[in-house]
Amino acid sequence: MEFVMSIIIGILFMAAVYLILSRSLLRIILGTGLLSHGAHLLILTMGGLGGTSPPVLAEGVTDYADPLPQALILTAIVISFGVTAFILVLFYRTYAEHQTDNMNLMKGNDEHD
Amino acid sequence: MEFVLLIFLPLVAALFVPLLYKRIKNIHTGWFVFVIPVILFIYYLRFIEMTMNGNVTTSTLSWIPSLDISFIAVIDGLSLLFSLLITGIGSLVVLYSIFYLDKKQEKLNNFYVYLLMFMTAMLGIVQSDHVISLYLFWELTSISSFLLIGYWFTRDRSRFGALKSMMITVFGGLMMLGGFVLLSIMGDSYSIRELIGNADSIIGHDYFTLALVLILLGAFTKSAQFPFYIWLPDAMEAPTPVSAYLHSATMVKAGLYLVARFTPLFAFSEVWVWLVTGIGLLTLFWGSFFAVKQTDLKAILAFSTVSQLGLIMSLLGASAVAYHVDGPDAIIFKVAAFAAIFHLINHAMFKGSLFMTAGIVDHETGTRDIRKLGGLMSIMPVSFTVAFIGSMSMAGLPPFSGFLSKELFLTSMLALRDFELFNFATWGILFPIIAWIASVFTFVYSFYFVFKTFAGKRKRQPLPKQPKEAPVGMLLSPVILATLVVGIFFIPNIVGKMFVKPAVVAMQFGLYNHPNEVAVHVSAWHGLTPELLMTLGIIAVGALLFLTMKRWQKLYEIQPQYLSLNALYDSLMIFGESGMNRLSRFYMTGLIRTYLIYMFAFIAAITTIMLFVQDAFVVDMDSFSALNAYGVMTAIILVLAVCMVLFAKTRLAAIIALGGVGYSVALFFVIYKAPDLALTQLVIETVSVALFLLAFKFLPTLKRHGESTAFRFGNFVIAAAVGVTMTLVALSAHSQKLIPSISEYYKETVFTEAAGGNIVNVILVDYRGFDTLFEIAVLAIAGIGVYGMIRLRLARKENSDENK
Repeated sequence: MEFVMSIIIGILFMAAVYLILSRSLLRIILGTGLLSHGAHLLILTMGGLGGTSPPVLAEGVTDYADPLPQALILTAIVISFGVTAFILVLFYRTYAEHQTDNMNLMKGNDEHD
Repeated sequence: MEFVLLIFLPLVAALFVPLLYKRIKNIHTGWFVFVIPVILFIYYLRFIEMTMNGNVTTSTLSWIPSLDISFIAVIDGLSLLFSLLITGIGSLVVLYSIFYLDKKQEKLNNFYVYLLMFMTAMLGIVQSDHVISLYLFWELTSISSFLLIGYWFTRDRSRFGALKSMMITVFGGLMMLGGFVLLSIMGDSYSIRELIGNADSIIGHDYFTLALVLILLGAFTKSAQFPFYIWLPDAMEAPTPVSAYLHSATMVKAGLYLVARFTPLFAFSEVWVWLVTGIGLLTLFWGSFFAVKQTDLKAILAFSTVSQLGLIMSLLGASAVAYHVDGPDAIIFKVAAFAAIFHLINHAMFKGSLFMTAGIVDHETGTRDIRKLGGLMSIMPVSFTVAFIGSMSMAGLPPFSGFLSKELFLTSMLALRDFELFNFATWGILFPIIAWIASVFTFVYSFYFVFKTFAGKRKRQPLPKQPKEAPVGMLLSPVILATLVVGIFFIPNIVGKMFVKPAVVAMQFGLYNHPNEVAVHVSAWHGLTPELLMTLGIIAVGALLFLTMKRWQKLYEIQPQYLSLNALYDSLMIFGESGMNRLSRFYMTGLIRTYLIYMFAFIAAITTIMLFVQDAFVVDMDSFSALNAYGVMTAIILVLAVCMVLFAKTRLAAIIALGGVGYSVALFFVIYKAPDLALTQLVIETVSVALFLLAFKFLPTLKRHGESTAFRFGNFVIAAAVGVTMTLVALSAHSQKLIPSISEYYKETVFTEAAGGNIVNVILVDYRGFDTLFEIAVLAIAGIGVYGMIRLRLARKENSDENK
């Protein structure tokens, strides 16, 4: 199953990079969303997907899924949410100021060259 | 008293100069400064007897003991000679400057502070035994020279000249530092004397030649050798006392000092002999040839300085040969060492006096242009006499000191002809020929300098000022120097015994035990030798050339301006600036996409290359868990959702598809037994989508902004590279687990140690609670940020409304 997951991660990264390189700021934000999903799945996959039971103590269970990557991902999810929310507002403000989401037009002006 | 401290005396005195300048208005500040070099000069005179007996004295001031760095002052024949020149000519120059610079119009405090700083730096160079402190003082001369050349900083030419000399000498200085570092690594010491003692281990070393070339670069740039001489003519924008002091008598001789000091170490190398002699002769010829072309008095003297420095340099190169020859032949190359030092003294004298007379002419007539001058002989008789003595000495005529050192020079060059080591047999014949031609041109420009200025008729055009003889005070210094020039001719052997021989002993370390062994006797009449015949030839041809100057001066127009070394320097500077500008404009486009491409391409390339170079790419099928039907189905859904995000035509579709991706990730968390993750992911994805939708009204519609197919293809290539790289990394990382997970510990102790059942939650709040703390902080900051961004806009809007 890790083989399939690795390919999925590759696809997520690929789609994310493709979106991040585009000219529209909205697509860039979509890309960062995909990128964080890819990273979370990567952490999970690297921990191993073989566990048969969730990491909650129960009678007679020995084969728990690895809890450490899950804790790490949980932290990462929350942080990426905070950042996404911030970027979204940043985007909103940029658009309100400049009336465009075209990255080509956001080069700074000649005065700052 | 520790005489190493005396090096710093001028620097300390410099601190009081502004005070004296501001407080005591009616006395010229120079008089206070004058005391310093005079005291030092008298102090250093005491050492003459000691060096005449071949003794050396040292004095140490510890600086950074843990790094073995200290100021070690050594006084031997060579450093004493230079110290006396620095302080002696320094006193005369200060005296001259008192009358040259007006105390009302000039910023005297600046001038004397820089000058005293320079004096410390020069004394430091010639007395330092430690290569690092030598380098320190070396750069201090560059800096103080920069300040002095740019003294009239409101003039463009001054700033240009200062910058040019700074660029070139600092370049050389840095090269020299590299050479010093290599030397200290090879010889395992910073002390020059110890390095010379360890010469055996250094000479065979791989870095030997490199260190040699680097140190020579330092010496050549400072001493204005070909092709680095170009800063010296531009440095003539400095006040004349500065030109007389720095750019004739002292600083430009720092390079010569360096070469002389390192001769015992490098003389064994063929490269050294060839480079020093060859470059010296080339500079000698080049400088003398182009001096005739100049029309500015100081420019003539600048080129003549370049040429004379080349002469001394070539003699230093010839003196290195003494280490290779034994027996009676060796004496002739020991003469070269004597000649080098002797001419160095003579040059300091006559060039100092010539610069001072050029300054007097400038001061009293208002111009230095030789085409406007003429017929000043009767008006300025004293200046004329001084200039005449200096020029004749420079031309090498009796009864002036230059004659003696030039005879010795010709002797040495003739001797090189017969020297049969390092291919000198083939090329040796060129040395005396070049030397002779250069001497002819020296003769021509010396006559040109003195007679075009003072002889002939007055020009019809009135001079800027009514010419008159300079005040006595201003004439005093050049007259003293001129007297010495004549005096040395009559007592050369006393000078030789007192100054030259001890210096030669220091310079040719290991060849002598006592100065008296330097068996060179100088006499004005040394028989009908080849060199005397050469001198007669010089006078004959030189006089002929001088009289027919107008006819052949057109020769100089052959060389076009754009092929000169100055043009090369200028275009190098311009190219450096505009080239770097163009380069940074080329890759710094200002577009985030460009920078992201650099980063992604670099990550993909370097990771993939390292994967295969290090043989790290391994796929171990056995380590993977079995395929899971739900997992595969979710994977398909996820890929479809990703495609939807990519190809969505409207923003609503894209947002929903992104939500789809998030929910399938949550599904994965369910399948892989991560209930807490699934819960969080579901909630957060819902909130994210809600946020997107909330902002929906304010957001722009999804547009591609005219992305071309090629643009998209480029993005696709880089994206695919990154995606494939990540897959490869994920596969190989999973296939090669080096150590077991530490999670076993958490699983075993979660209840006994932390009294919890949910291992993930216990890790978050107990085992690794700090992560959680700061993650909360991140959320808080994001929240404040969001709030601030919205409020900030309101605040600014209100302000701008007020402004309206």
